[in-house]
Amino acid sequence: MSETILETKGLTKHYGGVHALEDADFILEKGEHVAIMGDNGAGKSTFVRQITGVEQRTRGTIVFDGTEVNFSGPLDAREAGIETVFQTLALADDLNVPDNLFLGREKTMFNWLGPFRILDYKTMREATLAGLEKTAVKIPNIRNTIANMSGGQRQCVAIARTATFASKLTIMDEPTAALGVQETAQVENIVRTLKEQGESLILVSHNMRQVFDLVDRIVVFRRGRIVANLNKDDTDGQDVVAYITGAKTGAEYEGAA
Amino acid sequence: MSDKSHGTGGLTFDKSKRQWPNELNVFGALILIIVIFEILGAIYVGQSLLFDSNNRFDSIFNEQRLRIIIIQVAIVGIIALGVTQVIITAGIDLSSGSVLGATAMIAMSFAQVSEVNGGPNPKAIFGPAFLDLPVVVPVMVGLGCGIIAGIVNGVLVAYSRIPPFIATLGMMLFARGVAQWWSKGNPVSFPTEAYSKIGAGMMPVIIFLSLAVLFHLIMNYTIYGKHTYAIGSNEAAARMSGINVPRHLVLVYAIAGMLAGLSAVILTSKNLTAQSGMGLSYELDAIAMAVIGGVSLFGGRGSIIGTVIGALIIGVITSGFTFLRLGAYYQEMVLGSIIVGAVALDQWQQQRAATRS
Repeated sequence: MSETILETKGLTKHYGGVHALEDADFILEKGEHVAIMGDNGAGKSTFVRQITGVEQRTRGTIVFDGTEVNFSGPLDAREAGIETVFQTLALADDLNVPDNLFLGREKTMFNWLGPFRILDYKTMREATLAGLEKTAVKIPNIRNTIANMSGGQRQCVAIARTATFASKLTIMDEPTAALGVQETAQVENIVRTLKEQGESLILVSHNMRQVFDLVDRIVVFRRGRIVANLNKDDTDGQDVVAYITGAKTGAEYEGAA
Repeated sequence: MSDKSHGTGGLTFDKSKRQWPNELNVFGALILIIVIFEILGAIYVGQSLLFDSNNRFDSIFNEQRLRIIIIQVAIVGIIALGVTQVIITAGIDLSSGSVLGATAMIAMSFAQVSEVNGGPNPKAIFGPAFLDLPVVVPVMVGLGCGIIAGIVNGVLVAYSRIPPFIATLGMMLFARGVAQWWSKGNPVSFPTEAYSKIGAGMMPVIIFLSLAVLFHLIMNYTIYGKHTYAIGSNEAAARMSGINVPRHLVLVYAIAGMLAGLSAVILTSKNLTAQSGMGLSYELDAIAMAVIGGVSLFGGRGSIIGTVIGALIIGVITSGFTFLRLGAYYQEMVLGSIIVGAVALDQWQQQRAATRS
């Protein structure tokens, strides 16, 4: 009984005369982990930006969790349940882990105090620990500021947000691009944990090994179009590279690119 | 290796990366400076700076000097509490001294008495309807002037994207102009008795310390404080997290303006007069207190406690030089060096922390 969490139809984005994304039809089932691959400039990040409301699409429809959506900004998307781990980490360096997880949606008491309402540190700390536990993220001391953490720890904090806020869809844009081997392993472990918990995920990645390790399905973008939709078990690295470079195009997408 | 490893990813806990509150460093500096003055005092003057070496008081401290130390920094200290918040957002407020000047003139005009020595008040700015007003009026006018100036600063910074340095520099010149235009350069004097009590005696210190406690709590335990640090730390992240950054900045600058207005009320009440030159270079003294107290001009770091200790350091140095009977020139040279040294030390620590992680 698979249910669709996200579906786009004819999603298109033009930047002036540049057709960055053209008629993208994309489906993601609940609990499914899908990788988006493609060369630089293939439209991967553009696609993500339309879904997360960072940019406004030129045309097309987005159906999220059963309803058609028009996010006016990333905050809208987040409120609907789409958590994004951006390439550039959206963390405040001088704040600690719970502060960052709850940034912009703090738990507060005495709400009649308006901008001076009191922070409920205890609840936020407990929720943070629960979220970190859920994702198996180990942070030595959550009261340390982000500035004192390694790149891997920072990425983990960014990812832990999704677990803390029971999101419906997580999008990661090259989460391990800037990380070392050990740290990459840590992030990949978290992704596996999310899979076990039935969290839906879109993973933008260049890393072939990682993609084959982590996801169920691979969608390949080329020159603004989706050119392949491959089950992981029916394909291999060479095959995917052929689609990425343009040596092959999926049968159902013939004539598209 | 294994004893440091936490779980699957091999993330490690490094004791040297544990955080040491910056306020302790600043407090250490304060103690060090006091010790230096005590030693120099013992050698050159034969007296103690802070302790009651001449048995003039009941306690072991030289209460009179302690009082002077804190009273001379209290009024600028109130400004520094607001400036601290502005700097934590990675902004700067150069206008507070001039806003104090303008507010002093305007607020004092609403605090005047009708009769002086049996005759009409020779300095009266307004007609009889505005004399002998209840004390709440000039106080509200003073706070209001400060808030308005702060809101203008905040709107310029937040919505027109003018750099804070330029926006508040403009306000600095503008407000000083207002102060001089208000009574064509004449002082405004003869306040009501109730008004003159606001800044009398130790009142400035009591107000300063109460506000310090209040803003310490606000900065650490309210959403306002959290967002102030978040904006200074990473404005883009703050915006992406849904914080209304422009609105918050206006609030921060308005609070800084309000505190400058309050200082004007206290200062005019203490001096029983308002002059257009009041508060000259107070903004720089306030910034110096914050910077010495460990508030980073790059935003995101610093605290109210740090600024209060920074204010005390300036107070101790000022009193210390008088105590050693050294001229004010030396005092300013040393203060200048300390400010540069504090920032250099902070930079060095930041870089060391960055290379470690």
